[in-house]
Amino acid sequence: MKALCWHGRNDIRCDEVPDPRIEDPRDAIIRVTSCAICGSDLHLYDGFMPGMKSGDIMGHEFMGEVVEVGAANTKLKVGDRVVVPFTIICGECDQCRRGNYSVCERTNRNKAMADKVFGHTTAGLYGYTHLTGGYPGGQAEYVRVPYADVGPVKIPSGLTDEQVLFLGDIFPTGWQAVVQCDIAPTDTVAIWGCGPVGQFCIRSAILLGAKQVVAIDRVPERLAMARAGGAITIDLEEESVIERLNDLTGGKGPEKCIDAVGMEAHATATLDSMYDRAKQAVMLETDRPHVLREMIYVCRPAGVLSVPGVYGGLLDKIPFGAVMNKGLTIRTGQTHVNRWTDDLLRRIEEGQIDPTFVITHRARLEDGPDLYKTFRDKRDGCVKVVLQP
Amino acid sequence: MNRAIANRASTRRHGSDLPVNRLARGLGWFSIGLGLAEMLAPHAMARALGMRGSENLLRAYGLREIGTGIGILSSREPSGWMWGRVGGDALDLATLAAGTRNNPRKENVAFAMAALAGVTVLDVVCAQELDRQERTRRMFVREYARRSGLPRPPRAMRGAARDFEVPADMRIPEAMRPYTTG
Repeated sequence: MKALCWHGRNDIRCDEVPDPRIEDPRDAIIRVTSCAICGSDLHLYDGFMPGMKSGDIMGHEFMGEVVEVGAANTKLKVGDRVVVPFTIICGECDQCRRGNYSVCERTNRNKAMADKVFGHTTAGLYGYTHLTGGYPGGQAEYVRVPYADVGPVKIPSGLTDEQVLFLGDIFPTGWQAVVQCDIAPTDTVAIWGCGPVGQFCIRSAILLGAKQVVAIDRVPERLAMARAGGAITIDLEEESVIERLNDLTGGKGPEKCIDAVGMEAHATATLDSMYDRAKQAVMLETDRPHVLREMIYVCRPAGVLSVPGVYGGLLDKIPFGAVMNKGLTIRTGQTHVNRWTDDLLRRIEEGQIDPTFVITHRARLEDGPDLYKTFRDKRDGCVKVVLQP
Repeated sequence: MNRAIANRASTRRHGSDLPVNRLARGLGWFSIGLGLAEMLAPHAMARALGMRGSENLLRAYGLREIGTGIGILSSREPSGWMWGRVGGDALDLATLAAGTRNNPRKENVAFAMAALAGVTVLDVVCAQELDRQERTRRMFVREYARRSGLPRPPRAMRGAARDFEVPADMRIPEAMRPYTTG
């Protein structure tokens, strides 16, 4: 079968690889009908995420049709249409029973490595680093889905792939980022990054009733899409983010701040951005946490910082004194996708939101390598790429 | 397989593959190499240029070169850093010109100035081309102003999902609520 494979920094290729097969009675094999390139795939593409091996199949945002089911899998049958959440969950461990699916204790098959690096393991993820299990991803014609009697979400026939594909990652990710802010009707929510997750954060904050949503980015078309979703926008290249946020909140700062950027914050003209770039270039720092520093500084005391943006390793010069003295709450983590999918699927069916708004590029799987570059460089108005194997 | 919607992808040549970007990367590495030489062998360079006593100045210039080189190599829009190199070239030329009077190594200085002038031309051409490329990219803006994803205007949709109950483990502690909702 064809699959997009990682071969090193800036090197994704569409390779011919062996078809997946059932390895465990709970497995299923899915024929992928749609998959997407996620912003966090770019951290692998750019070589900032450790634990990748040449030939790894990319992709953790995909859906398709069940073509084979393991003997012990009573949930799925051949022909079912499913969206597969990017976090692989067993449904039985302590964390899964609490709904903390992204830190499932059983599904990371490289648990020992994750224990060493993070202290304790997190869930297995598709198409990501071997720190999270090194499972082959869904940017492929077929994919093996482990624990397929728990994770996959069945899709009713009346909905198109594009309407539901993002239930596997970016929609629940944006939703959880806002939910964990516990929005009050008087809140100003500031969202850094108007990429796909940022866009879903904006819509989620509106739907959950925030008084004011402010979105920060530097790419004109992404800012336009943010305004369309109801946000006031700040172009970080045109104005001071901190001054504007304080102006919009009577000098008090936003109550809720969301980092939808993560480890590869763009180098702005600020001193700390240039510092991060220089340190990262000589491998003295793994992540560029400019957004985190800015959120900590501008957030209203006793406010909440929500971090759906992916960080990979060691961050430098984080003003934790300000976090402590301002009494800020930090909530972060990979998304507990299955916690939200039923509710969000209902909202899509009821027409409360149409997730297709974010798709700007559609292409064949074979075009994936080019599209990675287009998406990474934010060229051609690219916000979200959907591939069809 | 439905391929009706396929292949709308851009197949245009990407910016990072263009000759100007390769030139910029080359100049970035050159900057780092020259900077390291100035930092690590300032005495030998000062001797060769007949500028003994200027070692600390050479070290400072080396630091500048390394910073500019890292900026060029790590930035996706490096034209600003490239203009920084042009400014550095001007400073280097002025420093060399000021050091020609009573210099026993005038020939070496003249050779260095000629080489530097050549590199300056390359820097200016590269910076201008990068500027043009970035301007072109900014002019091409797709129109997404109607992509709300919501069935009614955002103002009308505000709070439409208030039926959602935030799970207990993600709620603001009760004791802090009067402040946050105040």
